[in-house]
Amino acid sequence: MRQARPDRADLGAGLFVVALGGLAVWQALAIPTSPLYAQVGPKLVPWLIAAGLLVLGVLLTLEALRGGWSADIPDIAEAPPPNPRSLALLLAALLANLVLIEPLGFTLAATVQFTLVAAAFGSRAWLRNAAIAFVVALAAYTLFVKLLGVNIGAGLVEGLVFGWPE
Amino acid sequence: MDAIAGLSMGFANALSLTNLGWALLGCFLGTAIGVLPGLGPALTIALLLPITFSVSATGAFILFCGIFYGAMYGGSTTSILLNTPGESGSIITALEGAKMARNGRAGPALATSAIGSFVAGTVGTLGIAFLGPVVVELALQLGPAEYFSLMVLCFVTVSAVLGGSALRGLTSLFFGLLLGLVGIDLQTGQPRLTFGIVELLDGVNVVLVAVALFAVGETLYLAWRHVEGKAEVLPVGRIMMSRSDWKRSVWPWVRGAGLGFPFGVMPAGGSEMPTMLSYYAERKLASPEARKEFGTTGAIEGVAGPEAANNAAAAGVLVPMLTLGLPTSATAAIMLSAFQSYGIQPGPLLFTTQAELVWTLIASLFIANVMLVVLNLPLVGLWARILKIPQPQLYAGILIFATIGTYGISNSVVDLMLLYGIGIIAMFMRRFDFPVAPVVIGMILGPMAEQAMRQALTISQGDWTTFLTRPVSLVILLVAAAALLGPRLYGRWVRRMAG
Repeated sequence: MRQARPDRADLGAGLFVVALGGLAVWQALAIPTSPLYAQVGPKLVPWLIAAGLLVLGVLLTLEALRGGWSADIPDIAEAPPPNPRSLALLLAALLANLVLIEPLGFTLAATVQFTLVAAAFGSRAWLRNAAIAFVVALAAYTLFVKLLGVNIGAGLVEGLVFGWPE
Repeated sequence: MDAIAGLSMGFANALSLTNLGWALLGCFLGTAIGVLPGLGPALTIALLLPITFSVSATGAFILFCGIFYGAMYGGSTTSILLNTPGESGSIITALEGAKMARNGRAGPALATSAIGSFVAGTVGTLGIAFLGPVVVELALQLGPAEYFSLMVLCFVTVSAVLGGSALRGLTSLFFGLLLGLVGIDLQTGQPRLTFGIVELLDGVNVVLVAVALFAVGETLYLAWRHVEGKAEVLPVGRIMMSRSDWKRSVWPWVRGAGLGFPFGVMPAGGSEMPTMLSYYAERKLASPEARKEFGTTGAIEGVAGPEAANNAAAAGVLVPMLTLGLPTSATAAIMLSAFQSYGIQPGPLLFTTQAELVWTLIASLFIANVMLVVLNLPLVGLWARILKIPQPQLYAGILIFATIGTYGISNSVVDLMLLYGIGIIAMFMRRFDFPVAPVVIGMILGPMAEQAMRQALTISQGDWTTFLTRPVSLVILLVAAAALLGPRLYGRWVRRMAG
């Protein structure tokens, strides 16, 4: 048998699953007892799932301590190294959308998001991307809101193009 | 209703101008999306679920089935021209297909996979039409206990049997089951796993989870591992197949279709196994000269067989979905939730209560198949051009549609936070090789399984042995146990014999 050293990254994944199990236990405890009679109450299945996650988490942790699994999977072992700049830009794009969508409306928030995502994947044509983004977002807005009747949140631009809601 | 009567009624409906329009739109969208790397049918149908508010059920399902079949056609184009398989079923196609393309034979490779998809799709759809009513007859005998056992079997096969590791597959499944619990318990009205957040009382939306797993998680992972540089799209060349290409393709198509369909029908859905088996079978059966092409210049048998197996398996997945209400792939799970949003409960009664819908749908699968082969052969140049959309703008666009799909349902920023949160988890799932399909299946099938379990226990007055004393239920559970433990015990036994 090969005496392998623990794989720290895999260990983190295993412990995360244990924590998820803990979260499930906490929420299972929080379910109020039902006043209605039922052969099987609302608590049984949450407990089963919580227990399952804890067991799976412990097994994954043990596997990580025995050397883990990532090193044996070619797709992971040969993956390119992490690119913190790209990831940071992408996370910034998601955050921008989250913050801007309520005050500015869908089209402007999506334009900012699109430009940042394109930058994350190495495109430096900021202005051109912003222009593409604006057109794509407005077209998508028109398609979904006007044709399919889905409400995606109007803002400044939508108001100017389609008129303000009554 | 038997298959012939059903089909004639179905074709009468499906050939109306509106329904043909939906099918064409579905095929077009499906192929385009299948071609784009990183976008699959599950995500597309999830994003289009809002149309269930404004379109008739028949129209919506014709559209979804067109997308479902179309994405299979498109996916093979990507794996041949870009050597990046979009979904697990076309990994094998990329093996030989990309090699053929590199040696200037992309045209025949694309043609054999399109015609093979057509053959397999037709065989598979015939299978649905004739097998469906038979399965329904059997399914009507099943009670809640048997249903629960069937769902357990389904859980085991989609998570533990397919994929790299039973442990990681089951973890994904349990994550999905946990997400499915969020919200108010239907039977007693108690809030579960809501963390006291009002927005969570209605549960986590399936679209949100699908978009998080397939679009946000994938994009985050690609950015995390981003390397500057462009993927190379291989030239298409002439699309014609020579006489020997035809001769070498016909039997692989037929064998692949015959191999793929049963795998799709069994709750062991998934296309990895049949495509792999077809590949090995064709390599074994190929003539000595052809066998030399395997792994070197690319053998056409190795594209024709697996591609047919892939499509037939995809068609087969619709059998348990329509007859039992059991989804065995992520796409089928999303379609199931579309049925639910129309207030239609898929299951054995679907063929009687919604006969018109079911048969129209099956008929439009035939129509979609014909449309697809017509769309794909002459237009392959157009699809290849879609592959040239640069990565930055492609993923930026995908995330815009992710926002629409999520924010459009509820207009709630809490949902967007959930979307990005689950997306980050999905990024790490990709990094640590946890499969994502079991999450979607667990989330949709979990609440149904809980309901079946509670019904069974109410009937048996709380007696848990009901799952073991009813013979059909017992047999299904034994099969599930064998599927879970069999490979491990066999491995241990082999090692003991060797050691």
